[in-house]
Amino acid sequence: MLTIAGKTFSSRLFTGTGKFASVALMQQALLSSGSEMVTVALRRIDLHDPQDDIMRVLDRERFFFLPNTAGARDADEAVRLARLSRASGGGTWVKLEVTPDPRTLLPDPVDTLRATITLVKDGFVVLPYINADPILALRLQEAGAAAVMPLAAPIGTNRGLLTRDQIEIIIEQAQVPVVVDAGLGAPSHAALAMEMGADAVLVNTAIAVAGDPVRMAAAFKLGVIAGREAFLAGLGAVSTAACASSPQTGLDFIR
Amino acid sequence: MTAPFALPADFGALASLIAAATPAGVERALGARQTSINDLAALLSPAAEGYLPAMALRSQALTEQRFGRVMQIYAPLYLSSYCVNRCLYCGFSAENSIRRRCLSLEEAEEEANTLHQRGINHLLLVSGEAPQRMGVDFVEQVALRLKGRFASLSIEIQPLTEAEYVRLFAAGITSVAVYQETYDPVLYQRMHLAGRKADYLYRLATPARAAAAGMREIGIGALLGLGDWRAEGLALGLHLAWLRRHFWRTGLAVSFPRIRPAEGGFQALVPVSERDLSQLIFALRLFDPTVALLLSTREEARYRNGMVGLGPTRYSAGSCTAPGGYAHEDQAAEQFAIDDHRSIAEVCAAIQAQGFDPVRKDWDSCFQDR
Repeated sequence: MLTIAGKTFSSRLFTGTGKFASVALMQQALLSSGSEMVTVALRRIDLHDPQDDIMRVLDRERFFFLPNTAGARDADEAVRLARLSRASGGGTWVKLEVTPDPRTLLPDPVDTLRATITLVKDGFVVLPYINADPILALRLQEAGAAAVMPLAAPIGTNRGLLTRDQIEIIIEQAQVPVVVDAGLGAPSHAALAMEMGADAVLVNTAIAVAGDPVRMAAAFKLGVIAGREAFLAGLGAVSTAACASSPQTGLDFIR
Repeated sequence: MTAPFALPADFGALASLIAAATPAGVERALGARQTSINDLAALLSPAAEGYLPAMALRSQALTEQRFGRVMQIYAPLYLSSYCVNRCLYCGFSAENSIRRRCLSLEEAEEEANTLHQRGINHLLLVSGEAPQRMGVDFVEQVALRLKGRFASLSIEIQPLTEAEYVRLFAAGITSVAVYQETYDPVLYQRMHLAGRKADYLYRLATPARAAAAGMREIGIGALLGLGDWRAEGLALGLHLAWLRRHFWRTGLAVSFPRIRPAEGGFQALVPVSERDLSQLIFALRLFDPTVALLLSTREEARYRNGMVGLGPTRYSAGSCTAPGGYAHEDQAAEQFAIDDHRSIAEVCAAIQAQGFDPVRKDWDSCFQDR
């Protein structure tokens, strides 16, 4: 079981809610993914409106609601969004996104740290979205982040684990859960992240714009399980030379 | 202070660059990871006409990857049809004797409420240029009244100073659209006979002033049917690239207004067909996969239905181009005749039928609360 800030999850696949062809399709895909943690952009919903198209179909008993601050250009905006969300019944958890460049949507390390410090002091459970920067991950951990969410590749690109070496360092050093977020384009990418020891992955675009999003969600579910099982089983060492699977040591003479 | 945006001194150089493109250049552009200005010239060229299906596919893939299977819905709210400018193509031109109107604050709010009830959350405030009747104070008051009710408020009004844009941003205006109409300076002087708008360079520098003021998004565009659309497209690409470099925090959008029938009887100087318009849209999508592309009710329903998913990311819907026309019909003249007369609900249903989600809210006014 994965535990973040005292809450346990049996699924290690987190999902997003953007880019789907319809809200009904989004709902089916989420169910098919087995995900228990779903992130929603606060800008996309109206928490005051009981008829809001997304919140209406998002069963909060089944899916833990993780609002995100997508669109915030700086720490102040992100903090304001998180506080309004909490005041409107959005809870104390927040996926912190501070992305001042509307083209790459890469996260701002300085303001992400600033906002994390403020929000943690304010009682929030903060899951910051970051570039795969090991020192920043440690700084956020010290600031009280409940998890860190390094990106695999720029968001929406489906390019897989371009930041693999950095994420390996983050996983090795982290005392909080590491959730690989953004850029995972195929179940094999998610499996690889889990094999490396990531605690969870977050997938949105690769599911939402797949030919069959419901089926792809199920495929990611399996990929995440396979990767996690492989990590727990302990992968064999990688070698460049051939190595017999039934070893003949040739050292029997040694007494 | 960096130098303002400028095009090559000889505007004809853009057309020459486009004319020099070859099919090999088009193929290179179609396969490029990063599309350069030379690639854009190739994609806009006659050499690319045979590649329109390939351009559409690439544009579709890039749009889907970035924006997903969604289309954002917005509507214009015309505040005033008074105008001091004399622009040959525009129904609001000062020399046209039309029934003009400038809404009061209450009337503007009534119009906004009507649109809100119809499901509009992204509102574009539009007006002619007559600062004595509708200055920045009025727009500021409108914004302050409306901002809590709408996800985003954009303006398409007369160019303002940077300080005025700062004021409007604080009042809740999120983005500014200002179209150069034509980037060809000689043609520009022929089209704009009098008024502040006759100053080509002041208008050209307006997007930078709005971006410097902190606006989240700047919309640019050229009025299609005045000059060579290919050269206008290349100028738009250069303008986008310049804005991108100088204002990296600012989102960008491009509109593709084709000339429509309007009071004054102006006819397009050069024809721009749907194929031309499509080539322009696809070329700009390939040039900038992240830019928002707007296709308004100037285009008819059949074309807009077909273009869902191929490049555009925002559609206006249920539009009226006369001030006061939502709550009360036929009180004033319209700026131009629209060509997609469907209701907002009908446009949304058609988008859904194409397998896309018509998104009514994708922003929140609380981003700008202070």
